[in-house]
Amino acid sequence: MRQISQKVRKLDAQALVTGMPVYTQDIVQGPYLTVKIVRSPHAHAKILSVDASKAMKVPGAACVLTHRDVPHVRHTLGGYAYAGSNPYDRLVLEDRVRFVGDAAAIVAAETAEAAERMARLVKVEYEVLPAVLDMDTAEEAPAVVHPEEDYVCKPSIRNGNARNVLACGESGNGDVEKVFSQCDVVLEDDYHTLGNSQCMMETFRSYSFYDKNRKLTVISSTQIPFLVRRTIAYVFGLPISTVRVIKPKVGGGFGAKQSLVTELFGAAVTIKTGLPAMVLFDRRESFTATTTRHEMKLRVKMGAMRDGTVRAVSLYVRENAGAYGDHAMGCVGLSGHKSLPMLGKVEAYSFRYDVLYTNLIPGGAFRGYGATQGCFAVESMVNKMAHALGLDPVEMRLKNIPMEGDVMPAYYGETLTSSHLDRCIRRGKEMIGWDEKYPRRQTGSHTVRAVGMAASMQGSGIGGVDKCFATVRLDEDGRYTVLNGAGDMGTGCDTILAQIAAEVLETDIANVHAAAVDTDYSPYDKGSFASATTYVTGMAVVKACERLIGQMMAEAAAALETPEERLVFQGDCILEKDAPENRISVSDLARRQMTSGNCHAFTATCGHMSQTSPPPLMAGFVEIELDTQTGQVKVLDYAACIDCGTVINANLARVQAEGGIVQGIGMALYENMQFSSQGKMRNNSFLQYKIPSRLDVPPIRVAFDSSYEPTGPFGAKSIGEIVINTPAPAIADAIYNACGVYMTELPFLPERVLDAINNKAE
Amino acid sequence: MLITTVLNGKSLRQEVPADKTLLDFLRENGCLSVKRGCGTENCGLCTVWVDGTPVLSCSYPLPRIDGHEVTTLEGVREEAAAFGAYMAGEGAEQCGYCSPGFIMTVLAMERELRNPAEEEINAYLAGCLCRCTGYSSQMRAIRKYLEKRHETD
Ligand code: FES
Ligand code: FES
Repeated sequence: MRQISQKVRKLDAQALVTGMPVYTQDIVQGPYLTVKIVRSPHAHAKILSVDASKAMKVPGAACVLTHRDVPHVRHTLGGYAYAGSNPYDRLVLEDRVRFVGDAAAIVAAETAEAAERMARLVKVEYEVLPAVLDMDTAEEAPAVVHPEEDYVCKPSIRNGNARNVLACGESGNGDVEKVFSQCDVVLEDDYHTLGNSQCMMETFRSYSFYDKNRKLTVISSTQIPFLVRRTIAYVFGLPISTVRVIKPKVGGGFGAKQSLVTELFGAAVTIKTGLPAMVLFDRRESFTATTTRHEMKLRVKMGAMRDGTVRAVSLYVRENAGAYGDHAMGCVGLSGHKSLPMLGKVEAYSFRYDVLYTNLIPGGAFRGYGATQGCFAVESMVNKMAHALGLDPVEMRLKNIPMEGDVMPAYYGETLTSSHLDRCIRRGKEMIGWDEKYPRRQTGSHTVRAVGMAASMQGSGIGGVDKCFATVRLDEDGRYTVLNGAGDMGTGCDTILAQIAAEVLETDIANVHAAAVDTDYSPYDKGSFASATTYVTGMAVVKACERLIGQMMAEAAAALETPEERLVFQGDCILEKDAPENRISVSDLARRQMTSGNCHAFTATCGHMSQTSPPPLMAGFVEIELDTQTGQVKVLDYAACIDCGTVINANLARVQAEGGIVQGIGMALYENMQFSSQGKMRNNSFLQYKIPSRLDVPPIRVAFDSSYEPTGPFGAKSIGEIVINTPAPAIADAIYNACGVYMTELPFLPERVLDAINNKAE
Repeated sequence: MLITTVLNGKSLRQEVPADKTLLDFLRENGCLSVKRGCGTENCGLCTVWVDGTPVLSCSYPLPRIDGHEVTTLEGVREEAAAFGAYMAGEGAEQCGYCSPGFIMTVLAMERELRNPAEEEINAYLAGCLCRCTGYSSQMRAIRKYLEKRHETD
């Protein structure tokens, strides 16, 4: 293979490192209206009146929009393909606000200063209502977050709005209680994960205007251009094709931009005024008024035999949806479906969940999407079980993981068609030096070094749901253009797709151009999320390239007056197998499109949907130093070995892994989202909400051990999300190995670790 | 107020409101490489040079550039491309949003420190956050770039 697995540079690298204007805010031209949101200071309130008179006197004021000025159409902001089951519980603006930061009104003005002044002068009269701030008491709370009668949801989610229950459900296989009763050891524990902020460096922004044909056009920093288009059309009652969404370069997303965030506000202003409008959230708004990872409380019960075989497991999850259900259903499902299958030998499992509404910032999509929380709980319990049985956690994994060919009942009954997880575990173990370092070494009077590990899986797209198209065309000069609608958020998927095309078309990557997403020209794609782009869209690219080659072969047969079966495609030309001098070059074919009356355009669009979601798998190993006097945990080394199937781009896969692992370390050690007793987020800046800096993390060491996934392009699976999952459980276990305490609540702040050490001593 | 400055080698005289940030001033004057990640001096994305020294333009008082020279990535494109090639070689520009501030800081470091050790590099760049890469690829790019520079010195 010529392009696959190479360290191909990103196609846009030069533009990025020389600071070219390629992001949303760089490419829009004024004059435009600046949009600001008037935000609720209350966690729960009814809006009695909005007085815009003073605000409208500000010079340059354009409009103030209240709930009376926007369509009353319930919708969800969570971007999901057609089969989504998230409730429709939002309005663009409503006469009720449900969390501190919820939108109460929209203002727009000719300058940012004027818009800010307007936002301060809009007088909103609130009737403050009791708020639900704790998911544990949400069901009995006197307040109801969503009492509205026009709330829409599918019956299958078993909603109980009046008790603040967004959904509940269960699934399972076999009789867990019975198998537990036959186990040598049964352990049970509770785990707690907090909200985390995605913190991509480019905050949320979009720019809307009417183009010359009066088409409502939105330039947005989004992962889901086509779902933004569909949602805008739905909410404002427009035919989908009369809305256009353009996605320029995006400065990171990590799932945050898998929701509509700014787009509906800007569109409302443009529709109202007819004028271009820019919505740009600052960092504080990005922290407080968008979405976070879902807070979860997880109870794991596990039964095993003395030899380490886990025979039964149950997981009960309470998920805090916050004020709206944007991604609540998907995330809670993954907390079980992508953690429990890692116990490949169980005879019985059960998974139950309750999803609760509260008057806090809504949960949303964040890399890992619920699987991360589930992985922390279940993998922590596997480690605890190993210790209880006196077994090495590595051996415990090797005994219990699913193997290639196994059916995974907890993973929708799918068969594990490709896995090198056993090899990844062995390799990771070697990389960290487990045998020399496990479990601990005293390095000073109050410093201990220890190692810990965890394994994990994710998916590759959503089986039977995600549909993606790709168009490949031969341009006039014999080069190719790949059009996709996926929405590269900085991960480099445009480059990945171009590499796949170059491989099939047997040409150099320099001959392949990847076009930016514009819903007017790009083929449909559900968007860049659920680790789908390489696996699903990549396969659409393969199919489109193959069809394109077929078109070229047919034309070559006509041009060479030779039957097609005697011809072969050789990348730069098509020739007759037995008479190689009888040939036509691809550039000549390209030109024939313009010069030959009968030659059709060489362009092919193919779609792809996978019925399965083959899991990438990995093992993560950490070495820490714990200061037992301060509780401070320092990560000294992190070694990971990943099976993401065939690695398409060696550099990009590695950097995805390094970046994801560091985000996971942040989640484990620092990122501590806290709310006041009034529901106000306490840490709403980088000063208070600490993401890892380069001083906090060691160099991350990543290795790949690739299986070959038969349903993926060139054997590839996904890489984007799985990489965030292992740090929290691995670090928790390293802490246990260092000092004998189990950390079950994230993050492992020094004071918490110290408390745990002191409690144990008592 | 009226300020006189040299922006990327060009003299500029402009009437500006004293409370405008240097960041907004620069973007309004066509330096679109300059990015805002926080506005609270915590991320380093807005780093530019004043008289060759890196400053955070999101909070640098605009009046202080009066009579001084300001440089953004637009003013050092060739050098940026030279170092940037090493970043591209490692895939260290993922979303790329942090790249301009990061590159301005690296180029300033190169002028200031001779043969820095890894700890010195990390200390110098500590203020430059990146949420995508986890920093390892950035370090690989810096090492390779500095080694190459060293060889050709
Ligand atoms: S924008 Fe200036 S430091 Fe973050
Ligand atoms: S590359 Fe995205 S923030 Fe650094």
